[in-house]
Amino acid sequence: LALVPLCALCLSVPLWDRLTPRVLGLPFNIFWIMAWVALTPVLMNIMYRIERKR
Amino acid sequence: MSPGTVALSVIFGIVAIGSCIGFLAAKRRQLNLEEWAVAGRGLGLILVWILLAGEMFTTFSVLGISGWIYSKGGPTLYVLVYLTLGQILVFFLGPSLWELGRRYGLQTLGDFFARRYGDRLLAATVAVAGVLFLIVYLQLQLTGLGIIVSIASFERIGRTPAMVGSTVVVACFVLTSGVRGVVWVSVLKDFLLVAVAVLIGIGLPYMHFGGIGPMFTALIKAKPDYLTMPGGTTNLTHSWFISTVLVNSLLFAWPHFFGSIFTARDGDTVRRNSVIMPFYALPLILIVFAGCTALLVVPGLANGDLALLTAVRKTFPPWLLGVIGGAGALTAMVPAAIQILTAATLVAKNVYRPFFAPGLSEEGVARVARVAVGAITVIALFLALNTSPTLVGLLILAYSGVAQFAPGIVLGLYSDRVTGRGVLCGLFTGLAVAGFLTFTHRDPFLGLNAGFLGLVLNIVVLAAVSSLSGGKYNGFESASGPVRPIV
Repeated sequence: LALVPLCALCLSVPLWDRLTPRVLGLPFNIFWIMAWVALTPVLMNIMYRIERKR
Repeated sequence: MSPGTVALSVIFGIVAIGSCIGFLAAKRRQLNLEEWAVAGRGLGLILVWILLAGEMFTTFSVLGISGWIYSKGGPTLYVLVYLTLGQILVFFLGPSLWELGRRYGLQTLGDFFARRYGDRLLAATVAVAGVLFLIVYLQLQLTGLGIIVSIASFERIGRTPAMVGSTVVVACFVLTSGVRGVVWVSVLKDFLLVAVAVLIGIGLPYMHFGGIGPMFTALIKAKPDYLTMPGGTTNLTHSWFISTVLVNSLLFAWPHFFGSIFTARDGDTVRRNSVIMPFYALPLILIVFAGCTALLVVPGLANGDLALLTAVRKTFPPWLLGVIGGAGALTAMVPAAIQILTAATLVAKNVYRPFFAPGLSEEGVARVARVAVGAITVIALFLALNTSPTLVGLLILAYSGVAQFAPGIVLGLYSDRVTGRGVLCGLFTGLAVAGFLTFTHRDPFLGLNAGFLGLVLNIVVLAAVSSLSGGKYNGFESASGPVRPIV
């Protein structure tokens, strides 16, 4: 689960580093990063819950 | 009143309130080394969050990010990415480190190395390198502070008096209240800074272009390739991006970040903190918007670091510039304080005591640390006033340099086979490679970050020397302990 943001934000950079399609008026690369910055805490919260159960 | 006077009085007001908070925070608490360096290990979730945020959200975040997007464009996005990914590492490592810290009374990064490897030479090397990097980082904060005050005062106050004055204030509240004082100043600072980020991130594009979307449309029209990599540069490519993000996400190896982990009340607090931490990168995106606007509104500045404030000064009334300047000044003072404090503790505990005064008591160490606060502050101030190209190189090296501590920390936690000698040789190799490439201007090398290459060789040497040198030693009887390290 921890690898998901790593792949999404870092290793796949050639795939999302472009300007189109514009989402909410933002260039695509900035939108993509913003979305993942917001999603990462959600994923980490899930990790935290799984970890606490064990 | 002239605009400069208005802006300046607001800045002074904010800095004065901040300093009072700093001085009052530790009243009625006995200030021993433990309280001073790690706040008696008693901070809850919110305060640890604010402390770590206070460290991450430095003048670099405000002036540097907007400056980079102004002069370099797309590659700047790496900052947002490594701050987020770095927290995932803290999620896994943080609780184990905290647990070891409590069990063995660790307060600094040097303590960790001394205890785990029983090698005081290694601990002192880490401490000296750590202090060097901290001082360079510190002078960056002071330089930023000078820029903020001089622009906000419409150049009425020079950079030198601004830097000297605020540095003295910082050193004073570090001496009187330790890390707890810093945390409480940080509360004010964060509140102001988020407000400022929203204001300039949304306000600047709105006032000049009627919104963020239209602003980007205008920017893409003016400079089509600027916002993707390599943007305004030629050598910051995708491979540079990946390697830099990987190196910088080892941010827990910064001595002041490492020390902050120990201020938490328990390991669970550290972990929950890492879960909410990435939210802090969101205001930085607003700073990116503001930097993009500055590129269109005040084009052609030679120094990108001045871009944001110049655009702000052109757009908003003086009192608002004062608020922004005040928030900016606190943004420099908070990390500066924590860096001074960490560096002083490292010097006193991991260099001075083991080599010059083996029998020194905790109170003695605390006294030496206070002297070191003075010395470190003076050195950093001197460097900030006499910036040289070597210093710029040192700063780039500092970022890739701290990453070289990481193998010793991570492998030291999870493997019994790593030896102190191995870590020491690896550390020297990593620093030498990163240093050589940085100072000979070969960074990025073959499209890769110099720190990344250093790190790879660091691990290779570490593994080789560890397997050759005999005599396993582990100061943590069971390194992983009750806190299970990996999900």
